[in-house]
Amino acid sequence: METYTAMRHFADSWGLLAMTIFFVGVVLFTFRPGARKAAENAAEIPLKED
Amino acid sequence: MKYGFETALLAVGAFFALLGAAFAHDNLFQSHMWVLFFVLLGSTVVMLRRVSFAPYPVPGGYGNKAGANPYFDDVIKYGVIATVFWGVVGFLVGVVVALQLAFPDLNIEPWLNFGRMRPLHTSAVIFAFGGNALIATSFYVVQRTSRARLFGGNLGWFVFWGYQLFIVMAATGYLLGITQGREYAEPEWYVDLWLTVVWVAYLVAFLGTILKRKEPHIYVANWFFLSFIVTVAMLHIVNNLAVPVSFLGVKSYSAFSGVQDALTQWWYGHNAVGFFLTAGFLGMMYYFVPKQVNRPVYSYRLSIIHFWALIFLYIWAGPHHLHYTALPDWAQTLGMVFSIMLWMPSWGGMINGLMTLSGAWDKIRTDPIVRMMVMAIAFYGMATFEGPMMSIRAVNSLSHYTDWTIGHVHSGALGWNGLITFGAIYFLVPKLWNRERLYSIRMVNWHFWLATLGIVVYAAVMWVAGIQQGLMWREYDGQGFLVYSFAETVAAMIPYYVLRAIGGGLFLAGALIMAFNVTMTILGYQRDEAPIPGVVPALQPAE
Repeated sequence: METYTAMRHFADSWGLLAMTIFFVGVVLFTFRPGARKAAENAAEIPLKED
Repeated sequence: MKYGFETALLAVGAFFALLGAAFAHDNLFQSHMWVLFFVLLGSTVVMLRRVSFAPYPVPGGYGNKAGANPYFDDVIKYGVIATVFWGVVGFLVGVVVALQLAFPDLNIEPWLNFGRMRPLHTSAVIFAFGGNALIATSFYVVQRTSRARLFGGNLGWFVFWGYQLFIVMAATGYLLGITQGREYAEPEWYVDLWLTVVWVAYLVAFLGTILKRKEPHIYVANWFFLSFIVTVAMLHIVNNLAVPVSFLGVKSYSAFSGVQDALTQWWYGHNAVGFFLTAGFLGMMYYFVPKQVNRPVYSYRLSIIHFWALIFLYIWAGPHHLHYTALPDWAQTLGMVFSIMLWMPSWGGMINGLMTLSGAWDKIRTDPIVRMMVMAIAFYGMATFEGPMMSIRAVNSLSHYTDWTIGHVHSGALGWNGLITFGAIYFLVPKLWNRERLYSIRMVNWHFWLATLGIVVYAAVMWVAGIQQGLMWREYDGQGFLVYSFAETVAAMIPYYVLRAIGGGLFLAGALIMAFNVTMTILGYQRDEAPIPGVVPALQPAE
């Protein structure tokens, strides 16, 4: 049971924080300056050939 | 010598299956090993006839010919045919089980009763039809968007045929009565182990292609496909952790017990929906919709946020299958809250898919394939609205265990997974077999309307049936007694069950038209038919 309690406390403290930071980081990175141009280029990938 | 090693392996496998049948600890394992033996023996014979003693060709020699296809497309052709075949089989079994519910006399004991046919139906449509569609389209998309040939040479063939063997073993196991009783994961431990091997090979082939890509950026469809492959591997392994009673017997016991086992099961079950039926098919959407309308996706950055939000939220939604059970309240609430949060990425993705058509909305009128894809995305939006709503505990107290749930699953599976797959198949077949166009575009239109009408009938009927069922179950009289016995609530369902079978029959009829259309396209025929009005602008005669 101690293992369960320890993992549960880790999950709803540091685990939750780490995942939230990662997610917010991804969103911020997606809207970084210059991302629009890169995204437009990436969107063209399927249309480039055949 | 071509395929010599593979043929020898098949023969050895057939021999081991024979040994398994000889030393089996129980009759079911013996029967199942006989099935495996004959399947592998038949495959060995087929392979022996293909063995050529000519010198082994230079690796990639097939692709080196000038103007030849730089991509490994043969396995995708097989995958498309398998998708159509298993689709028809899965829908047919679905109509049969629907009729069994309406007319119980159709339960043919012991092999073809409802209890064995139902997992056959769910596995056939999800894993055989959907799985083959995902493997074929992911191989197609990853090669095109990476501009690289599929990694691992013949590994693609192993993934395809290994997966078909899994399907055959799972399906025959259900009919024999072999099950570990876990929803969407009924196959027993030895079939699970085989699927693990095939799935790792699939991951290697897919990831290897991404790693050797010539395109610097990994297109978003591949992110969805990769998350689907990785997550399904994780779900499959954890959910199926079990100890077999004997290495030559079917029975195994789960590593978990009680409510932990239930939660593991629904963590798996809901993420089978989230990653198999959602993330994988979104990979299809993000490639085939832009290709068919010939426009880039509406917002690429939205698609990236869609991806991360979806995978961060979906994995927590499973507990909503265990409302009002022994699962702790906090876990039920957690599952509900994450399910509701899923509204946002789901609808963001739906809007992204639909808005890809902006500036080309006329294609809905002129191109039945685009119409099919748009209807698929609309059903994605509808099913992902209904799901979170049903995960709210108060709503779930009415909807749980009723046919409303069945209706919800089918509006997602038939509407979203079915229609987007049909759209992808209609896109792929002329491309893969170098045909100018499909045998018939008008038949696609017929398929579209039959399928859509079938889903609408099915879903609407199940709403009414489910809500009626839920209300009858909770109806108390003035003294606090239940008004209806359970048998009365079952008897009340007959008209809905008959109508449901009709809806499913319409959907199956559409799939049969597709099978005919695809077959004729592959054989190289073109139906002589008037074009869809509006495709070519009407020319004004010169004055």
